Amino acid sequence: MTEITKLTIAEARAKLKEKEFSSLELTNAYLDAIDAANPTLNAYVAVTHDKARAMAEAADKRLAAGEGGALEGIPLGVKDLFATEGVHTQAGSHILDGFEPRYESTVTANLWADGAVMLGKLNMDEFAMGSSNETSYYGPVTNPWRAKNDNKALVPGGSSGGSAAAVASWLCAGATATDTGGSIRQPAAFTGTVGIKPTYGRCSRWGTVAFASSLDQAGPIARDVRDAAILLKSMASSDPKDTTSVTQDVPDYEAALGQSVKGLKIGIPREYRMDGMPEEIEKLWQQGIAWMEDAGAEIVDISLPHTKYALPAYYIVAPAEASSNLARYDGVRYGLRVPGKDIIDMYEKTRAAGFGREVKRRVMIGTYVLSAGYYDAYYVQAQKVRTLIKKDFEDVFAAGVDAILTPATPSAAFGIADEDMASDPVKMYLNDIFTVTVNMAGLPGIAVPGGLDANGLPLGLQLIGRPFDEEMLFRTAHVIEQAAGRFEPAKWW
Amino acid sequence: MSVDIATVKHVARLARIAVDDADAERMTGELNAILGFVEQLNEVDVSGVEPMTSVIPLEMKKRQDAVTDGGKAADIVANAPATEENFFLVPKVVE
Repeated sequence: MTEITKLTIAEARAKLKEKEFSSLELTNAYLDAIDAANPTLNAYVAVTHDKARAMAEAADKRLAAGEGGALEGIPLGVKDLFATEGVHTQAGSHILDGFEPRYESTVTANLWADGAVMLGKLNMDEFAMGSSNETSYYGPVTNPWRAKNDNKALVPGGSSGGSAAAVASWLCAGATATDTGGSIRQPAAFTGTVGIKPTYGRCSRWGTVAFASSLDQAGPIARDVRDAAILLKSMASSDPKDTTSVTQDVPDYEAALGQSVKGLKIGIPREYRMDGMPEEIEKLWQQGIAWMEDAGAEIVDISLPHTKYALPAYYIVAPAEASSNLARYDGVRYGLRVPGKDIIDMYEKTRAAGFGREVKRRVMIGTYVLSAGYYDAYYVQAQKVRTLIKKDFEDVFAAGVDAILTPATPSAAFGIADEDMASDPVKMYLNDIFTVTVNMAGLPGIAVPGGLDANGLPLGLQLIGRPFDEEMLFRTAHVIEQAAGRFEPAKWW
Repeated sequence: MSVDIATVKHVARLARIAVDDADAERMTGELNAILGFVEQLNEVDVSGVEPMTSVIPLEMKKRQDAVTDGGKAADIVANAPATEENFFLVPKVVE
């Protein structure tokens, strides 16, 4: 019965309806797989066995009565960034020690309302700050993918590394994730899974631990494009509790799959051809272009002139917002407290002990760029550059481009404790070079597997769309998926 | 622009993060690497460009000015490290 964990959400949903197996059987199969694999992969930071079984039993009752929502009985993993009532929620951080919120995030509440089952909370970079899942207080996640003839442990990417690894290693049918600079799309690319960051405002941020509020968006990581469409439909909503949540209706994303791309204009931005980009990434990109052309799309060269400034602008805007958002962790209202000789000393000791190195680094950068005398030079300048980055995209879309095709990452997955990355924070930041522009402009972006590199590791392609045109991304990504096929790691764990 | 150890210690104070000399020295190098990287933004001509305030044009949502929630003191203090009778406990701040 363990093979039922390999079904996609669409397949499992159909079989649950036909009573081929129950949600409790499916849930137990996943829980067994997690218990066996987690000591090796470290994808979960908390497994909610009892809650999962209770939710599955409730789903089975609804299914037996011929009722049930779009995800009835489907077991999912939840990134540790989403508040889940009465359940471990620590954003991968030590400073939120023991935090069990008394409320549920809107995104997860939407999933449970549609009948989904929670398996547990997934590992992540601390406060979603990282591209390798190595900044987690709970230790790194191991990528289920390994290079050919090589046992070296690789990172699953980050910050949603637990989500991507769990989906790729059949430890959940799908997972929630979040993306501030590439945290859904980069781990999806590193694990051969599909990840979509929707348009800013499409998913409510209520109950999601805040990193950089003007950039953060929730989205799913799934085994294929259809599952990503099914999950996003359920996660997205219009939420009065989040003022940046949009009021427009959520379309039926699944309906976009299978629609022809004939005559669509696919833009290829010349600025994404970076100096020193590995040949394999270029080859993957050309392959993606060829697939779109074969399917009848028109390929157009485009220019996004401010691309190279997106990452430096991000490393001002995101830390600035983070330094403000993370001010709430003061040892008073929740989590860790380290005693001090007075209240300031208590704050300082608590934050020194509770935050990891990367988080401290970003809070420090943010505090510096917002401090007296530097605000205009750094923060205002970065926000002006951001306006220009967004305008680059607006110009291209106004000229009739329907979607933009780029590589998702500048490389395949790298090793855990890679010395090159550890020695220079900026090198790690460059992982997000192709994804971060999308957050800066608030646009939707999807990462879809395009193939394997010479070492047998997955590589992803990215499609970028107009605001709220996620349907275009599902439609075009599905064409890539049909041509490229799907990719699974050989089980070794 | 670059920072020295004294500036790093000042920023750490503003950020309420305790740092010792070794931390401050290491952070000085890291912060300067990042500040060096973001320096390139100065090349961009931003004359006449408005700073971004919202990526998606949104009208601020408004609702009736009415009490819609409350009575949750026990929930609010439930996760606090130190409380007494639904109050947060902190070290003495007034002599």
